[in-house]
Amino acid sequence: MSGPPLLEVRALTKRFGGVTAVDGCSFAVRRGTITGLIGPNGSGKTTVFNLVTGHLPADSGQLVFDGRPVTRPDPGRLYRRGLSRTFQQPRVFGELTVLENLVTAAGHGWRALAGRRLGARDAARGDGLLAEFGLSAHRDTPAAELSYGQRKLLEFAALLMSEPALVLLDEPTAGVSPAMVATIERHVRARHASGTTFLLVEHDMGLVMRLCDPVIVLDGGTVIAEGPPDDVRSLPRVLDAYLGG
Amino acid sequence: MHEAVQAGVLGVLTGGVYALMASGQTLIFGVMKVVNLAQGALVILAAFLSHSLFTAWGVDPFLSVLIIAPLMFALGTAVQWLLLRPLHQDDAALLSLLVTFAVALGIEGALTLAYHTDYRTTRPAYVDRSWRIVGYQVGEVRLAAFALSLITLGGLWLLLSRTRFGRSVRATVQNPVAARLLGVETARVAALGFGLGAATAAAAGAVYGMVYSFNPNSHYDLISRLLSVVILGGLGSLGGTVVAALVMGIASSLVGALVSPVWSDFSFFVVLLAVLLLRPQGLFGARLRGAL
Amino acid sequence: MRRWPGRYGRYGRYGPGLAALVALAVLVVFPLAVSAPWLVTIGLFTLMYAALASAWNLVGGYAGYPSLGHAAFFGMGAYAEAIWWTHRTAGSGYGPFWTLPPIGLAVAAVAVPVAWVAMRTRTDVFAIVTITFLFVVQTLAFNLRGLTGGAQGVAMPVAPFAPATFERPFYYAMLALLVLALAMSYGVLHSRLGLALTAVRGDEDKARSVGVPVGAAKLTAFALSVVVTAMAGGVWAYYLSFIYPQFAVDPLLSIGMVLMVFLGGRGTLWGPVLGAFVVAPAQQYLAYRFGASQLYLLAYAALFVVVMLVMPRGALPTLRDRIRRAEARA
Repeated sequence: MSGPPLLEVRALTKRFGGVTAVDGCSFAVRRGTITGLIGPNGSGKTTVFNLVTGHLPADSGQLVFDGRPVTRPDPGRLYRRGLSRTFQQPRVFGELTVLENLVTAAGHGWRALAGRRLGARDAARGDGLLAEFGLSAHRDTPAAELSYGQRKLLEFAALLMSEPALVLLDEPTAGVSPAMVATIERHVRARHASGTTFLLVEHDMGLVMRLCDPVIVLDGGTVIAEGPPDDVRSLPRVLDAYLGG
Repeated sequence: MHEAVQAGVLGVLTGGVYALMASGQTLIFGVMKVVNLAQGALVILAAFLSHSLFTAWGVDPFLSVLIIAPLMFALGTAVQWLLLRPLHQDDAALLSLLVTFAVALGIEGALTLAYHTDYRTTRPAYVDRSWRIVGYQVGEVRLAAFALSLITLGGLWLLLSRTRFGRSVRATVQNPVAARLLGVETARVAALGFGLGAATAAAAGAVYGMVYSFNPNSHYDLISRLLSVVILGGLGSLGGTVVAALVMGIASSLVGALVSPVWSDFSFFVVLLAVLLLRPQGLFGARLRGAL
Repeated sequence: MRRWPGRYGRYGRYGPGLAALVALAVLVVFPLAVSAPWLVTIGLFTLMYAALASAWNLVGGYAGYPSLGHAAFFGMGAYAEAIWWTHRTAGSGYGPFWTLPPIGLAVAAVAVPVAWVAMRTRTDVFAIVTITFLFVVQTLAFNLRGLTGGAQGVAMPVAPFAPATFERPFYYAMLALLVLALAMSYGVLHSRLGLALTAVRGDEDKARSVGVPVGAAKLTAFALSVVVTAMAGGVWAYYLSFIYPQFAVDPLLSIGMVLMVFLGGRGTLWGPVLGAFVVAPAQQYLAYRFGASQLYLLAYAALFVVVMLVMPRGALPTLRDRIRRAEARA
């Protein structure tokens, strides 16, 4: 895939009191890739996600998404521009049904507030996604009654309602059964094949090696390596970062 | 200019009393993460008790604190244990808030039944005496109240920083889950913390009753001010509360002297508005999850 | 797989629309059927509280922002109506009813910036800000003597209705407000606004991050709620024809609204109405017999605590759950 990167992160820095969680972090996510973001615990991966999506204000640095600079990242605005993310602990609307969860994420602005609660087009798209993700049987179940793994799936599916260009997945397979890991992997590949770009934070190295290219390695809040998975995994400094010191 | 400084002096003294009232609130928020809407009512309750002790048995209001504080400690602990601890649902924070509001109403209702709605003030012999210090009038009662606030806040600080209970409280405030894992009985700490917050209201109430005229309905006015102070200081920061109380005391006093006493009340609301618009975490608070 | 009753989940319609129509018919006929005016008065106030509770529910129930100061808007509506009419004659007597909609909209317009500031915070701080706002409005009512007459209050022309059936127009005005409030609630529930509000109530941050127009949703719910609240204040002012600041801007009114909604079931369509129909007649009756407001402070406080501890979701949702569990077992 050529052309300008979909997401550019330049010199991003974030301090919490005396701790510098993200320190001059710079990387780019190219269109049409499933880019992995790995690093030992505490290397700042989730913080980077929070900075990119605007959940946390950065102390300094620049963000460029889809060729346009992002001056003050705001989760809602970015979502509508095509950048969405999942959370480590899946966040769904427990009181709403599964279908309603999907429709809520359709990304309509305030002008559409007067429209029907479950408009025909939204419902149809929602049903389509439910079929794709195998959740049709739970269409009218309140999301609070889903299992942990199903909630992760639902959260992921809901984001796709807005047809995002870039999806940030924060440890999508943490805490789920091996069967669900395979399911999630399958869906990421399928969506990737239709053109969605992914940035994935993961601890499951097997998954990262199979799925991601390139892989970016973070340590101490800064990028220490970047490249195809096989190249990166054997770099001495990457091994050092993971094994201690 | 003289007026302004005089107002400023008055403001500092008043601020000391607000600091005392608000510190109980901050403590309760710290251990329970619930804003205690009954704090104003507790202060008024103490004011009434102190007033009764004075009119019936001539007990000096400052001394009455020794009697009232343990009573209110017991009341606060009981309220937390019986009414707040059982709330565990997803929206326990909201329910707890409303329960504290109900407690405030209950106190107001009981006080109205017992004392009716006439305004009263506790007036011991020295209530009108004042000293001239460097050319400024300083009311004796207000000075003593300020001293009481300092002593009580100092005692509170010592309690929190030097005792084992204090450490448990601070641990619960910072990280209840970790505290529990380390053996701190957070349920008990929360109850005792609430009791302590109520006890500080006892001291504040005795003083409040001497300086202002009050009736059972006065708690609304008081809680609005306390909340402005606590938000300005930053929810959960005891030091912030003290600073904010002094700031608000001085500001409202200056507005009262230089503009009009009516607008002095407004200064609290204006400050609250400004804080929410410009810096929702207050002067010293941390940004909590979700806005503010 | 479990199907929720009703197409819109837990907060959908209770019972067919037919039952609602029957209830409406009963309410319409009520003042014509009873002879004692004090019964119609109780009915009038019950309908007023039901309308207020339903309106409050839009903000406190659907959006999950418990406004403890809504009585301020009631008072603003009351004062607006009284001040407008204070030097005018009521003519046929129906003029003061026609000024209600513009007053409702005007107070709502004032409420929007207030709500905008207040809703930038967590729900507990929001509650605080609204109490403070209530106190500020009451102080203004007492102190802006030129406008509001201060503690002396404001007089409005006494309605020229026949003494025997004096209450009826007010009763029907309140009934109309209740119907309006319910229509609004129903409309909101079945629109994207309702979906957005439930999302906001559940997880506001998450809602924002999936592009829900959180700010607009909250403000719209608030504005709609204030329109009804202010109009009710206006009708109340006309009914009494003389208003005082401590009664027009009365925390007890706010408390009553909250209690009724929590008792009946917040976030439901009929819960607030149920809560009002239980609490308001009791409150009116007690006022009539004993005239003492400190009793209802204690009674409200006690009822509040009981509801929070025993039935925090309110009567209707709790009942619903019991029925479903019984069905599941059967």
